[in-house]
Amino acid sequence: MKRHLLSAADLTLEDALLVLDTAEELAQVSERTVKKLPTLRGRTVVNLFFEDSTRTKTSFELAAKRLSADVINFAAKGSSVSKGETLKDTALTLEAMGTDAVVIRHSWSGAPVNLARIIRGSVVNAGDGTHEHPTQALLDAFTMRQRLGRLEGLKVTIVGDILHSRVARSNVLLLKTLGAEVTLVAPPTLLPTGVDAWPAEVSYDLDAVLPKSDVVMMLRVQRERMGAAYFPSVREYSRRYGLDVDRAAQLQDHTVVMHPGPMVRGMEIASEVADGLRSTIVDQVTNGVSVRMAVLYLLLGGSEPAIGSSSETRMGVAAQ
Amino acid sequence: MSWVLKNVLLYGDGDPVDVVLKDGIIAQIGTDLAGDEVLEAAGCVLLPGLVDLHTHLREPGREDAETVETGTLAAALGGFTAVHAMANTDPVADTAGVVEQVWRLGQEAGHCDVVPVGAVTVGLLGEQMAELGTMADSAARVRVFSDDGKCVSDASLMRRALEYVKAFDGVIAQHAQEPRLTDGAQMNEGVNSSLLGLTGWPAVAEEAIIARDCLLAGHVGGRLHICHVSTSGSVELIRWAKGKGWDVTAEVTPHHLLLTDDCAHSYDPTFKVNPPLRTQHDIDALRAGLADGTIDCVATDHAPHALEDKETEWGAASPGMTGLETALSVVALTMVETGGLTWRQVAERMSETPARIGRLEGHGRPLAVGEPANVVVVDPAARWIVDPAQSASRSRNTPFAGHDLPARVRATFLRGVATSLSGKPA
Amino acid sequence: MTAVPSGVRADDSPASRPTTGDLSAARPVLDAPGLARVVDRMAHELLEKTRGGADVVLLGIPTRGTTIAQRLAARVEAFEGLTVPTGSLDVTLYRDDLRLKSPRALEATDVPGDGVDGKLVVLVDDVLFSGRTVRAALDALADLGRPRAVQLAVLVDRGHRELPIRADYVGKNIPTALRETIHVQLREHDGVDAVLLGPAL
Repeated sequence: MKRHLLSAADLTLEDALLVLDTAEELAQVSERTVKKLPTLRGRTVVNLFFEDSTRTKTSFELAAKRLSADVINFAAKGSSVSKGETLKDTALTLEAMGTDAVVIRHSWSGAPVNLARIIRGSVVNAGDGTHEHPTQALLDAFTMRQRLGRLEGLKVTIVGDILHSRVARSNVLLLKTLGAEVTLVAPPTLLPTGVDAWPAEVSYDLDAVLPKSDVVMMLRVQRERMGAAYFPSVREYSRRYGLDVDRAAQLQDHTVVMHPGPMVRGMEIASEVADGLRSTIVDQVTNGVSVRMAVLYLLLGGSEPAIGSSSETRMGVAAQ
Repeated sequence: MSWVLKNVLLYGDGDPVDVVLKDGIIAQIGTDLAGDEVLEAAGCVLLPGLVDLHTHLREPGREDAETVETGTLAAALGGFTAVHAMANTDPVADTAGVVEQVWRLGQEAGHCDVVPVGAVTVGLLGEQMAELGTMADSAARVRVFSDDGKCVSDASLMRRALEYVKAFDGVIAQHAQEPRLTDGAQMNEGVNSSLLGLTGWPAVAEEAIIARDCLLAGHVGGRLHICHVSTSGSVELIRWAKGKGWDVTAEVTPHHLLLTDDCAHSYDPTFKVNPPLRTQHDIDALRAGLADGTIDCVATDHAPHALEDKETEWGAASPGMTGLETALSVVALTMVETGGLTWRQVAERMSETPARIGRLEGHGRPLAVGEPANVVVVDPAARWIVDPAQSASRSRNTPFAGHDLPARVRATFLRGVATSLSGKPA
Repeated sequence: MTAVPSGVRADDSPASRPTTGDLSAARPVLDAPGLARVVDRMAHELLEKTRGGADVVLLGIPTRGTTIAQRLAARVEAFEGLTVPTGSLDVTLYRDDLRLKSPRALEATDVPGDGVDGKLVVLVDDVLFSGRTVRAALDALADLGRPRAVQLAVLVDRGHRELPIRADYVGKNIPTALRETIHVQLREHDGVDAVLLGPAL
């Protein structure tokens, strides 16, 4: 039985379109005076955040509340989390409390998969380490379709720290499912070994790719990466891979600029571009709520989930 | 008391014979022999007792994960009559006091001989050479020195260690892992690590150290052993070093002969190990290397871990797998059934050669009258399904749970005394 | 997703009831001209009861309720030259039987520009059966605004109410057995206009 949303790869084309279409209907709720639906009345959703993320947590919280679910915010962040007992013990506690779904953010890749193995309820991955962030990819796809009217055949360029980005991984997988063509642009040090097997093109040259792009998604680049010699300086990174005003001028008229946030203005993106008409950054936040409502509705709104992965098939190797 | 092993095939070859074990030695080999106790073993293969160059017994320090008692029991069930206990205990086995303690615990347990490995550097810190000579001269007679778990990464220190142990015929067993290239590493670096978002452990981090250490061993004429070789590139380098005539030996673990990094897709930390599971390409090269003798022996790297160190997120979990009880079966599956090794060669790779590398007396000896009665009876036709709950080890972290494996240890004898019989402690 | 078969108001009934029927075994209750006459009459009644229909908003319940609402609006326009604001109201998220099935895809909710506040909202559906859909629609409507009054128009009333709900405009009363099925077919969806009564399963 389908139960969880752990990876963007869990979604078939039919699943992904169902989420986007459902989100489109649910978006209306956010425009009404009464921003509430009775759909998940009596269901309990836990936001289990082992890592700070006010934006994602708030977005999920709002989504669950607009569907009338009871929401518990379980901030599990703390230094003792480096030892894994916390995840298991917390999971068992939540299970004992009768939780229907757990939205989990964790600094270790795969933690949602581990959680899904322990608890009976649904698990939604709200970002795990450098692995995936499937609802971000869904809201990005939703935003692209809203702005450009289609996803099939769209040329999407993702720029920045691909190596450490869960947003990039989920986007590559989901956009492939939805028929878009993805190009990854980064300095070679910020691309993972093995990226050549991903369903995406790779380029080191931003200027060559920009004029052909329908969507340009800029990823955050953490300054700490400089210390680990991924690139020599902010100035050089920005010069080679930043979306400044001059580069933005090379874009086609219809091209949109996206950023999952939080932005480092002046590094990967210039303020003029981030705040410009092409920018979807504010729309992405709004759409995040609608998409997460859709995911929660489709996982919890019926007798059994309509989308997602079953832990049984995913755990095939472990179950041997 | 004597034992007679009826109708066994010596090294799996020739006609069935009876073998009598008496007073700690092989007393008779012939037909229609008698003894106080009889083991009917038609169709079974008789091999010299297996010798493991690489076992973590965890005592002292982590007796919740394994003790000398439980670890050697698992060894006996796996067909081993001697195991080398790695030095990364707490306290570290870097003094004569600690190695003698471990050696004595082994003597008391009596399930197999425990040969302590001494640390190369004080506290495994890689900074100051431990008192290697004192450990060599101790009751434990240490000959194998290793910082296993950590790499002796300082080239100068490694050179000195290789030189120093020449005085007492010691060997430096290197855990080849360039630390700066494996900062935060979680699994093999490749397509799977890129998809799973787990920090990669590149093959080059192993190969760079092996290349350096082979050159150092050649330069100073020291004895180098490479622990748990895991990549095809490493096999090539070792082949090259041996071609130069340098005194370099190497081991491979059973899990690196069978499992690939695809296992990581489950994020089940049972499959987290150091060095990590690699690719099928590496497995093929390791099997070929073991078959042609480039890799001298199989060593288990039996690394038991308490439940709470494994029932956790992949990144937070301790690396390591148990292996003593499954080693022979995995070798049968990956090497014997595939035609890579004969049983005669298994005796070499799992008993004679590791005993020689460790300079062990009384182990890895020929199956001949007058030799020590350290032998294992293997039923090559038996198949069994690995059930972690049945393990004699205190830990349950076997990566082979549920695997249907060939070959079962029927009995193990240490100096003529049965230490395991039909999968049960004797 | 389970698609609702053509013309069957499956989700009006609890899950235990038949939701599909053998169309070939069904017998016609209304043909195309009959159906057109019924809609005409409903449009007249609407004008009569709402005294000219000045502040009326028609909200159809998808899929076929929306189509019937549009047809009613077209007839009102033809008779009186009056344009009645028409929209649709999806009630899926307000249903009381959500947990009996896998989550359903949502239909469009489309409220005409001026909203529903202070208006006379006429809910339009194809079949009135248990009344649970209408109950959900009333809840959904309350979240959209505060109409002056709410009325209900249905093409077919087949009886078997489970809630105290009654239609203000009924195209045709068709007495049925509980396990019989009603199929409303509309040109826009099914290529033909008809109402069929299927045998009990």
